[in-house]
Amino acid sequence: MTQEATHDELGEYQGEHHDHGPAKGLTRWITTTNHKDIGTLYLWLAFIMLLFGGAMAMVIRAELFQPGLQFVEPDFFNQMTTMHGLIMVFGAIMPAFVGLANWLIPMMIGAPDMALPRMNNWSFWLLPFAFTILASTLFMEGGAPAFGWTFYAPLSTTFAPDSTDFFIVAIHLMGISSVMGSINIIATILNMRAPGMTMMKMPLFVWTWLITAYLLIAVMPVLAGAVTMMLTDRHFGTSFFDAAGGGDPVMFQHIFWFFGHPEVYIMILPAFGIVSAILPTFARKRLFGYSSMVYATASIAILSFMVWAHHMFTVGMPIAGELYFMYATILISIPTGVKIFNWVSTMWRGSMTFETPMLWAIGFIVMFTIGGLSGLMLGVAPVDTQYHDTYFVVAHFHYVLVTGALYSIIAAFYYWVPKWTGHMYNETHGKIHFWWSTIAVNVLFFPQHFLGLAGMPRRIPDYSLQFAEFNMISSMGGFAFGLAQIFFLYIVVKTIKGGKKASGQVWEGATGLEFEQLSSPPPYHSFTKAPDIKD
Amino acid sequence: MRSPTLKLSLMALLMFGFSFALIPLYDVFVALTGLNGKTGRIEVSAIDPTRVDTTRVIEVRFLANTGSGLPWSFEPLVKKMDVHPGKLYDALYRVRSSTEMPTTGQAVPSVSPGQAAKYFNKTRCFCFTQQYLAGYESRDMPLQFIIDSAISENIEQITLSYTFFIVDKT
Repeated sequence: MTQEATHDELGEYQGEHHDHGPAKGLTRWITTTNHKDIGTLYLWLAFIMLLFGGAMAMVIRAELFQPGLQFVEPDFFNQMTTMHGLIMVFGAIMPAFVGLANWLIPMMIGAPDMALPRMNNWSFWLLPFAFTILASTLFMEGGAPAFGWTFYAPLSTTFAPDSTDFFIVAIHLMGISSVMGSINIIATILNMRAPGMTMMKMPLFVWTWLITAYLLIAVMPVLAGAVTMMLTDRHFGTSFFDAAGGGDPVMFQHIFWFFGHPEVYIMILPAFGIVSAILPTFARKRLFGYSSMVYATASIAILSFMVWAHHMFTVGMPIAGELYFMYATILISIPTGVKIFNWVSTMWRGSMTFETPMLWAIGFIVMFTIGGLSGLMLGVAPVDTQYHDTYFVVAHFHYVLVTGALYSIIAAFYYWVPKWTGHMYNETHGKIHFWWSTIAVNVLFFPQHFLGLAGMPRRIPDYSLQFAEFNMISSMGGFAFGLAQIFFLYIVVKTIKGGKKASGQVWEGATGLEFEQLSSPPPYHSFTKAPDIKD
Repeated sequence: MRSPTLKLSLMALLMFGFSFALIPLYDVFVALTGLNGKTGRIEVSAIDPTRVDTTRVIEVRFLANTGSGLPWSFEPLVKKMDVHPGKLYDALYRVRSSTEMPTTGQAVPSVSPGQAAKYFNKTRCFCFTQQYLAGYESRDMPLQFIIDSAISENIEQITLSYTFFIVDKT
């Protein structure tokens, strides 16, 4: 394309040569309606939150390094586990995926921008306020919320610190932001595809995000409802979750997990899309089973609404309920298995090379599968009674969220950062980052399986002596993993500032509109004229 | 461009409403499954005295607890009872306030196993209304119950638990 040639030769930030470049200074970021700027903002927010939530994880692992109480009070420890969970789920993983969606979806479907650019700006700028409100609770009298990220009633109603109201407002803001972002993404995908970009030609990242956005619109309002009920229970005399007034604390868990289970797929479906983009590039083969991937994603999304009570097997449930939720849960492994096999088949007899994004993507497949298998164990009702609320659960969801969701986000960064900035990252640094993180993360989380099976409960600042060795090993892995992400920060900054020039296609085997038809970096306003879609 | 935006916003609003609709739905679910052991209430006139099943004996155990913040001692005067399904029985609980302040409490029942809950009906219960106790007052409170003879053959023992919660904030 013409855009590519001129801009590659100039080798500067192309936006400035167009009629509408970015504004100068800070106002650019506050008033921007450009999908690339907003994507960048989301990604930086996610990174800052990752480091913030990571610092809390370091406090947790430092306290658990040895049995006994060393550094923090038990109540502060509980605040750390609660805030770590909330910040990582709502502040790191979700905004990172929305940031990737903003950057990539318009470029992948040949659209000039998102469908609702001003709302896009607003959905981002709600978040810094939401997280400032949430983080401010740490400095309040009575401390931050300490009831776990699942905020079960009555711990979060009758027995919660005053700062819980700030937490409720923060959740509302995040929910509004997510719902607006999702509406924007769906409107963009449905209305703004270039002529010829049919639904079944869309890259899988676009497909998975379309389905994720529907999930978000369906369940974030339910979460908003749950925190609203908490608020009225706390201050306006209602008894939704208060047994004394005829309410039921177990109902809170049902409502929460009706949100919470689709939420875990919200945090993994876009990851499936990312891996499905990276593997074909470095295996130099088309993705195996494209349409089965689309159907598998949709099946996972639908099933995710029908399995919520597998998080609550121990609350006391009729045996028929346990059986239903157990079988429905295990059913999800079928579409998930379809995906894993399709990825493996994509790599089968491919001309594979192992650049950094490919390493993270393969790391994702291997370790996400480990997390998936421990998830199957947890889904079996009779054995869940033993695993429930132990470190086995902690190990399980960190395998799917850290080595799953986070690994895919880091893979996406390495894969698309040359496209975004026009600079190649340092390949040696990228590989060091991968191997360092991967060894550390397994030292960190693998022993937690054994701790859980041996009976160590989660969310406790102190433990019996027999758990000491594994906890020490786990903590050392934790510190190493934390340090690796500081190294990642260095890589990110260095790549943005400069580096070997990336070509338009970036990778030898890369396909898709963003690689085939745009320069690296792309112009500030790309696809102002709809691209030609090849067959 | 407008129409998906509007439709999707409406969907978000509907789902917010749905989260509140989950509460009556949950009550239906609880009534169907007996989850949480919520008991039923019937009128004496609705009882058919000819349906007493003297061939079966079910052991009923009584438990009593007080929630935090309510300085009452609360206990059943009879700990367990052997009953026939379809027949009306009386039980007594004794409650005593251990504070000089007047206090009000509300008892909340729960039956275990859950499947028995919808067959465990009461014609009279101190849990139907709030109980007011003057300082150091002691009171014997009656309970009249009947187990529906349609209850499953497999159930040979039922535990009835009451928890008194404080009613205050005034």
